[in-house]
Order: sequence, then C-alpha cells, then structure tokens
Amino acid sequence: MKKIIELKNITKSFDGQVVLDNINLDIYDNEFLTLLGPSGCGKTTTLRLIAGFESPDVGDIIFLGENINNVPPYKRNVNTVFQRYALFPHLNVFENVAFPLREKRVPKAEIESRVNEMLTLVALNGFEKRSVTSLSGGQQQRVAIARALISSPRVLLLDEPLAALDLKLRKDMQSELKKIQKATGITFVFVTHDQEEALSMSDTVVVMSEGRIQQIGTPVDIYNEPENAFVADFIGESNILDGIMLADRKVSFSGHVFDCVDFGFEKRQPVDVVIRPEDVDIVSEEKGMLKGVVTSVTFLGVHYEIIVDINGFKWMIQTTDFVDVDEHIGLYIEPDAIHIMRKSQYSGMYGDYSSFSMEMDEIGVLEEEVMEEVLEEAEVEHGE
Amino acid sequence: MGNKNMAARRGSLIQRLCLAPYSVWAALFIVVPLIFVAYYAFTDNAFNFTLDNVRRFFTATSNVTDEAGTREVHTYLLIFMRSLKLAVISTVICLIMGYPAAYIISTASARTQKIMIALIMIPMWMNFLIRTYAWMTILQDTGIFNGMLGLLGLKPIHIIGTEGAVVIGMVYDYFPYMILPIYSVMAKMDVKLLEAARDLGCNSFGVLRRVIWPLSLPGVFSGITMVLIPSISTFYISQKLGNGKFYLIGDAIEGQYVANNLHFAAAIAFILMVILLVCMAVMQRSANRRAAV
Ligand SMILES: Nc1ncnc2c1ncn2[C@@H]1O[C@H](COP(=O)(O)OP(=O)(O)OP(=O)(O)O)[C@@H](O)[C@H]1O
Ligand SMILES: [Mg+2]
Repeated sequence: MKKIIELKNITKSFDGQVVLDNINLDIYDNEFLTLLGPSGCGKTTTLRLIAGFESPDVGDIIFLGENINNVPPYKRNVNTVFQRYALFPHLNVFENVAFPLREKRVPKAEIESRVNEMLTLVALNGFEKRSVTSLSGGQQQRVAIARALISSPRVLLLDEPLAALDLKLRKDMQSELKKIQKATGITFVFVTHDQEEALSMSDTVVVMSEGRIQQIGTPVDIYNEPENAFVADFIGESNILDGIMLADRKVSFSGHVFDCVDFGFEKRQPVDVVIRPEDVDIVSEEKGMLKGVVTSVTFLGVHYEIIVDINGFKWMIQTTDFVDVDEHIGLYIEPDAIHIMRKSQYSGMYGDYSSFSMEMDEIGVLEEEVMEEVLEEAEVEHGE
Repeated sequence: MGNKNMAARRGSLIQRLCLAPYSVWAALFIVVPLIFVAYYAFTDNAFNFTLDNVRRFFTATSNVTDEAGTREVHTYLLIFMRSLKLAVISTVICLIMGYPAAYIISTASARTQKIMIALIMIPMWMNFLIRTYAWMTILQDTGIFNGMLGLLGLKPIHIIGTEGAVVIGMVYDYFPYMILPIYSVMAKMDVKLLEAARDLGCNSFGVLRRVIWPLSLPGVFSGITMVLIPSISTFYISQKLGNGKFYLIGDAIEGQYVANNLHFAAAIAFILMVILLVCMAVMQRSANRRAAV
C-alpha cells in the first residue's frame, strides 16, 4: 500500500506545555484511520498539523514523499470537516458546496454538475437553495462533508464530526461515512473519543494519550492485543492484574499458575495481565481455577455484568448465566483469553473494579496516591 | 403548567414595567419633536396649512458668481448636493481607512485590541466643538501643520477654508462611528469559518473577499449610516474649517432658525429627513438582498 502522509518525530508545544510528543504515524492510501483518545490528548492538534493550521516545533510532515511543513493550508490537497461544521452562513447549500470550485474558477456548467453529484452522494438533492442555518445538525453535517469532498482531496480530515448528533443519527452517519469513504476511495483521518465508533468504522486505530501514540493497529489487534494498561482499559472493559511470567506460556497471578499463549518474556518478569470480562467462564466453586464471591449483579439486557471479589481484587465478568449476590463461584479462564502486557507507566492505574461506578471512570487518570485514597473511601462506604 | 404560565406572564409584566420609562422617553423626546417638525414644516406663521415652505426648498433660486461668471441656481438644491458630496466623500474616506483598520485590530491579541479600541474612543470623550477648534489651529495658514511643513523646508499649503479642510474635520469626527461597528462584527466572526475558507483553497485575499467581507457587511452598512447621516447634516465643521464658505444644509437650517424662520427651517429638516430615510431604506434593501443570495 502507498503511504500518503508520514508524520515523523512530530513534537508540538503550546505555551511551554508539550501537547504532542514525538509522534510517528504513517497514513496509507484508501485507509480509514481513526485517532482515538481521551479529551486533551492531542487529536485535534494532530489534525491541524496535517491540515496546515499549525506547524510542528520539531519533526516533518511528509505528503506523498514531499515535506509540506511550510505549505499553507490552501495549497494542501487535504480537506477538513470541522467539528461544528463551519458552514458559511452567508451562502446557501449549493454555494457552500461550490465554494472550493469557485475559488479554482471551474466553469459554471461543471460546477453545476459536480455540486449536484456531491449532493446526491450525501443525499441532499433538492436542498440547493436552502439556507444552511435552516438545516438540521445531520443535514449541516452532510453539507460540510460534500463541501470538503468536492475538490477530490487525497485525504479528508474529520474532527469528531458526529459528536453533536444524537445516538440514532450518529449510527446512521457512521455507516454513511463508511459508505462514502468506500465509494470515493479517499483516505479518511477520523477523530473520536468514542471507542465503539473507532472500532466499528476504522481500518486502523491510533490510540493516543497525553500527546503520545500508545498503539497503532487494526481494531481487532487493538482489542485483543492491547499494548499497555491504558489501551486495554480505554478500549472496552478489562480486568488488569499484576502477574509474573514463570516461563514461556506460563504466568502466575491471583495466586494461581495459568497456561497462556504469550512468550518471549524474561523469567520472573513482572507483567500486566488483561482478561476481558466476556472471556471468563463461570463454573462451580470446586472446578474453578479461582474462587470468589459475587458482590454485585447488573442486568444489561444481553448479559449480566457481575463483580466478583477474588482475594480482595474485584473482577468484572459478563455472563448470560444468572448468579446471585453473595454466591460463591469458580472462574475458568482459557489460555487464549489471557493477554500479557509489559509493565508501563499506566500499570496499576486501571483495570480494578473495586469501586466500580460511573464517576470512577471519569477520574481514571488521577494520580495513584489520590486514587488509593478514593478507593479506600469507597471501600468504607461499601462496607457499611 | 399553570405556574409556568403565571411566571411567564409576571415576567412579561415586569418587562413591560421596565420598558415603560423608555417608551415614555422615546415618545417625549423622539416622536413628539418629529410631529412638531412636520407640523411646522407644513404650516405658515399663522399656523395655517401650506406647502409653500416645501415648495420654496425646491424652487428658491439665487445668483452665484464665480470665475465662470454669474449663474442662477436652485439655492437649496445646490446646498443639498454640496452637503451630500462632502458627506459621501467623508464616508468613503472613513470606510477606506476604517475597514482595514478594523480588520487589523480584530486580528490582534486581546490586549492590543482593547488598547486600540480605547485609543479610538478617547477622542470621542472630548467635546466636538473643541475637536473642531483644535483642527482650526492645526490647519490654519500659520498653524501647526504648515509650521511642520516649514520645518521640513516645504512651502505652506492653504487648507483652512477649503472643502478639503471640511472633509478632514468630518472624517476625524466621525471615524470612530465607522470603525466601531465594523470592528464589532469582525471580532465576533467565527475563526473556524476563516480556517474553513483557507482549508477549501482560499489564500488570505480570498478569505477576505469571500468570507470576511460578506460577513462584515452589516457592520459596514451601519458604519456608513452612522457616518453619512451626521456628516450630511453637520453645520459647525463647515463654518469653522470652511471659513463659512461652504454653506451646507445644516448651516441652512441653523441660519433659518436663527433668522426666526422656524417654519422654513422645519421644512428643510423634514425634507432632509425624508431623503435620508429613503436612502437608508434602499441601502437596507440591497443589503438584505445580498444577504439572501
Ligand atoms: N492554540 C492553543 N493554544 C494553547 N493550548 C492549546 C492550543 N490548542 C490546543 N491546546 C492544548 O493542547 C492540548 C491538546 O489539545 P487538542 O485540542 O489537540 O486535544 P483533543 O485531543 O482534540 O481533545 P478533545 O477531545 O477535547 O477535542 C490541550 O491541553 C489544549 O489545551
Ligand atoms: Mg479536539
């Protein structure tokens, strides 16, 4: 596959604060690539560097083999769909979409036909004369996409384009965007902080945190083989435990030795062990590799989400079998359900459901000490 | 539901009570004087209805002597056209200077913007008579301006008493009224729109022409209105800086008033007002039409 854009050792600071730290990223032709990460991790800044609204402090932006660090936005063959669309309020739908063509002095008849073609692509025929301010959010979104696509850019940058839409519309637009990308063959660089959206739409997912790329991979790779505790926790639910590699394909955690499929670690190397909630089988206590007590059960429609206390560590398990609170159960874990990660700066920060609640998710990035305190308090509350 | 309605009604009652003083003020000081102007304009000294005053504005003639000889002219139409010419020139100069200035200020840092706007507004706190006197001393044949030319070894220029001096005075006095509305529209402009334009292929000039300019038109129109109208009816500047040689429509109204011809003064004022209203309506129309495209 052909590389369209290469970011090489990009570093960018604002007011002395490092926002992007040594970013290296290759973007390929015809790819749907998603930048995924929590708020403030530098996704928008990365897009703005590619679009040309910012220039890197250090590093090179390569477009089709040429350095474009100093090429202004209007000369880059890249277009952006802005988060809040940024449609021109003084122009109607037709003129908004025709905007780039008028700048290039394309003949009238050609403008007419290309705009109509674009409006067909985004299902907005008959809206030509409408004022953009009279459109619904979803319609404005489509105008913005049509406007960005009409000059056939090599790359389309989309900054959380679906964030302002309600859930239903969001789902529709997701599949529509995917369809448009397939139909046009244009490379999409898509920004979101919604992991589900990232997994379902992308060819490649780039997980970012604190200005650094944590992992680049296909959605399946990212989900099944997370690089570190941050990625494991950010993409879906994970139980993350301290473990020790005993040998190739043998790991010990929670006071038990497990067979696994990972190898290539040193003997007795401390590691993080990830086990997805849906990969744990519930068995009778005698048959279990681990034994614990159910502390809570939540019905979620397709399955139950249960929290199990195993030697003080709370696991989250998703199961379709009903178990009761205070029931003693055993856990059975297949070797390929165990994923081993090297220790990282994020070790110990995620993957324990001791104080599982919605608010706790939000403060997942607190410093460890603060975290401990919060956890203890929560424990006390639970005890009462 | 009932509570909500009550609250809404009480809100509107309070609103109306709050607005009451303004309504009274507007009636007392805007509507009533306008009625008086109209009443005087269409009556004679005995307060009988007459169109004579209006007719006089359009038909009165006088003889003008200049290098080309003596001609008979329509006195007030000539004065009106002269006022219009000077006002339009001043407005155009204000616009040409004010638009780029407003744009540059709006792109500066927040701190610089505040300082610049303060600098523009400070002269407005000074009485306008004093400002005009200041210009007299600057522009006089032996004034500061010619003094500086002299220091540079240049010949003095005769400015005071020319149309140029009147225009300078008007531009100076009304410049803030041009720059402020344009600036306030530009400062509120969404930077994302400008980025979108650059992203879609516009260089800086393209962004200015295709996005900033059309979006700033409301500011431009209110700037034009706010400069054109006071400068068309100004009388003091022309007397002081034009040495009274350029009798303007404002001077005519004042002159008739001082001469105790209240009815004719009212008629001139009334006609001026109607003309300005028509001009503004036409301008507003074309502005709306542009906005609709
Ligand atoms: N122009 C700027 N000046 C100063 N700081 C900035 C600027 N742009 C971004 N930042 C900072 O850089 C960091 C990353 O911002 P960025 O907008 O790239 O995050 P993001 O990943 O897009 O977040 P979000 O999901 O909230 O949009 C933030 O801490 C932000 O405050
Ligand atoms: Mg962002």
